[in-house]
Amino acid sequence: MKILTGNDLASGDVIWWAGDGWSRQVSDATDVGTHGDELARAEEAALRVVGAYVIDATRDEDGVRPAHIKDRIRAFGPTVRPDLVEQPTEADIGKWVI
Amino acid sequence: MVEFLSFREGESTQEPAVTVESFTGQSNATAVRIEPGEDARELLPHLDRLSLVEVNFPGFGDGRGYSAARILREAGYTGELRAVGDVLVDQIVAMRRCGFDSFHPAKALDDAAVDRALNRYDDVYQKAIDGRTSIWAKRHPETHNG
Amino acid sequence: MYRYDSYDQAIVDARVEEFRDQTQRRLTGALTEDQFKPLRLMNGLYLQLHAYMLRVAIPYGTLSGKQMRKLGEIAGKYDKGYGHFTTRQNLQYNWIKLADAPDILAELAMVEMHAIQTSGNCIRNISSDQYAGVSADEVADPRPWAELLRQWSSFHPEFTYLPRKFKIAVIASDDDRAAMRLHDIGLKLVERDGVVGAEVYAGGGMGRTPMVAPLIRDFVAEDEIISYLEACLRVYNRYGRRDNKYKARIKILVHEIGVEEYKRQVEEEFAHMRALGLNPPVEELARIRDFFAAPAYESGLSEEIDRSDRAFALWVDRQVAAHKAPGYAIVNISLKPIDGIPGDASAEQMALVADLAETYSFDELRVTHAQNLVLPHVRKADLRAVWQKLVAAGLAEANLDLITDIIACPGLDYCALANARSIPLAQKIASRFAAAERQAEIGELKLKISGCINACGHHHAGHIGILGVDRRGVENFQLLLGGSGAEDASLGQITGPGFSEDGVVDAIEKVTDIYLAERESGERFLDTYRRIGMKPFKEAIYG
Repeated sequence: MKILTGNDLASGDVIWWAGDGWSRQVSDATDVGTHGDELARAEEAALRVVGAYVIDATRDEDGVRPAHIKDRIRAFGPTVRPDLVEQPTEADIGKWVI
Repeated sequence: MVEFLSFREGESTQEPAVTVESFTGQSNATAVRIEPGEDARELLPHLDRLSLVEVNFPGFGDGRGYSAARILREAGYTGELRAVGDVLVDQIVAMRRCGFDSFHPAKALDDAAVDRALNRYDDVYQKAIDGRTSIWAKRHPETHNG
Repeated sequence: MYRYDSYDQAIVDARVEEFRDQTQRRLTGALTEDQFKPLRLMNGLYLQLHAYMLRVAIPYGTLSGKQMRKLGEIAGKYDKGYGHFTTRQNLQYNWIKLADAPDILAELAMVEMHAIQTSGNCIRNISSDQYAGVSADEVADPRPWAELLRQWSSFHPEFTYLPRKFKIAVIASDDDRAAMRLHDIGLKLVERDGVVGAEVYAGGGMGRTPMVAPLIRDFVAEDEIISYLEACLRVYNRYGRRDNKYKARIKILVHEIGVEEYKRQVEEEFAHMRALGLNPPVEELARIRDFFAAPAYESGLSEEIDRSDRAFALWVDRQVAAHKAPGYAIVNISLKPIDGIPGDASAEQMALVADLAETYSFDELRVTHAQNLVLPHVRKADLRAVWQKLVAAGLAEANLDLITDIIACPGLDYCALANARSIPLAQKIASRFAAAERQAEIGELKLKISGCINACGHHHAGHIGILGVDRRGVENFQLLLGGSGAEDASLGQITGPGFSEDGVVDAIEKVTDIYLAERESGERFLDTYRRIGMKPFKEAIYG
């Protein structure tokens, strides 16, 4: 699937397009199909996102997994600071990233 | 919005500027346009017949034109020195310091933003070519250089 | 230490308001990201992997207790409670909100700090020797020069849109602790006939085309240095390549036209510049120099250090360096705990170090390019008290210049440019070599890791260097041997095919085993490598 990500303009937080708005959880990301670039431009113009780009991802029972390690680290946070991680319940998150 | 900005006394030169190549050939033109890769020093033998030098900035990030302007002023050029092209409001102060005295930006500038930019900094550290007294000189009023 | 006068303060204050205005224009949509980006970069604000990142300048790596305390407060108030000291002696905050950035700059301005020109294609923060002013062998304190250059380069009208970024270092000792010859311009202060001046090196750097800077002038007197640098920069601004950002640094210009031709052009421009009166009044350098006068050292102090506590004695032997004043010592504070993140310090640690500076070090601190901190003037009698406080704060690792004192860039954990993670690798290497006896046995070994070709982790200049690359979406690590950023500057050579994260740790172990087997008396790793060459190491790794 193709998903859209970027950073919130004012806070800089990593955000994911969730179909009707932006979410801070990658698990909320929805398939944007071929509309990603168009959406990115519109959302940037509306000052809701900066640096938006489309990436490949897969969805399975664990949620949405970006194809590239860089985006998995964006989704998860720095692998060296598990204390700052968005979803601290996932104890084995390092494996998920790698 | 500001389409053209001049800090010169009187009228600005209206004559269309020619390329450096045609100017240094045999043209009788009195206005010339320098592109980023061109050597401003080629104009030095002809300064007395120039009334306008345009320095083109095709992209704001290409800073060669700042050196070109300074070189002309350092050589004593007193005619109009105009920055044209991708000239942004946040660059005008530095351009003034390098000797530009008129501006024709590709995109018009906001009047209020120009005013704010021109009045933002009271003082400057370095001596440049605009005659402003540097902070270094102000700190040592007993000496005259700097 | 230098203190702002009303001119310096007015400039920094005006900059805060300018950036507040620019940020407001961005948040309301008057500026697009394309228009805003160069403006925020000139204030050190990047958009990184997870958030905005703010890089704060620590000019020539010197700061006061009050300044360090403010850096800690900002980390607590606006970030997630920590900051990262970089290889350019700066501090980076990783989790900054755009809307907060102007307020942070305003807080910095309250303690005479800023983020001006910590990014962009301009003259960056001037770096220097962390032992400036306290090492016995220096010709003069290099920091007055560095401060003069800070002022000269701030909002320089001609050199703010250079072909690429421009880094200058100033040192004054034969021992180079600032990687001076790996800068775009390096100045080494020397004395000739009673006059202080500089040897000038130009065209060094790391990145994808690493080069050690050649000497371009053996003496420029201190009252002409500004004119001379104007000439160096003008030639670069006019003729540095702008067609390819990877070939835009001054090192490529110097390499392509040749050192002699670059020198010739600079000399010609210098002859012209000399007549323009660009140098500051000589009184200005003298005015700045007064701020860096030695503090009021006490006389008659004891040279004794009570070494009865073994852990303390080990720390003293490793972290404490000779000071020029009797009874005083230079204390290096390691930011490299074995399981920590190289260069990171928490808000609480910054506050503690600020207290230590005020209580024990004439209110002065230094940041090193190896991402450690320094208390430059500690009475030997106070060393034990300082050590105890460092122990309590997790800052008493004794590993200066050892294999676990690793330089590492933020890497793919934080950086949008990175291809691989530097920090977890640094932690794995540090864990493998954690035993103090083993580190001591190996001795001085500078290990440096970069997560991409841009080389913020100085991998070319490591006795052992590691470069992270992306091999079809998988992190891979190349190993380099034989680099040095010190006075014997050299560039490391790649051993061969790259490794996985665990593989590179194993390879390093094989490399250090060869060294231990082959070394002759008194040889550091680097010396043995230089004597026996790459071959034995390569055979051990790949054989």
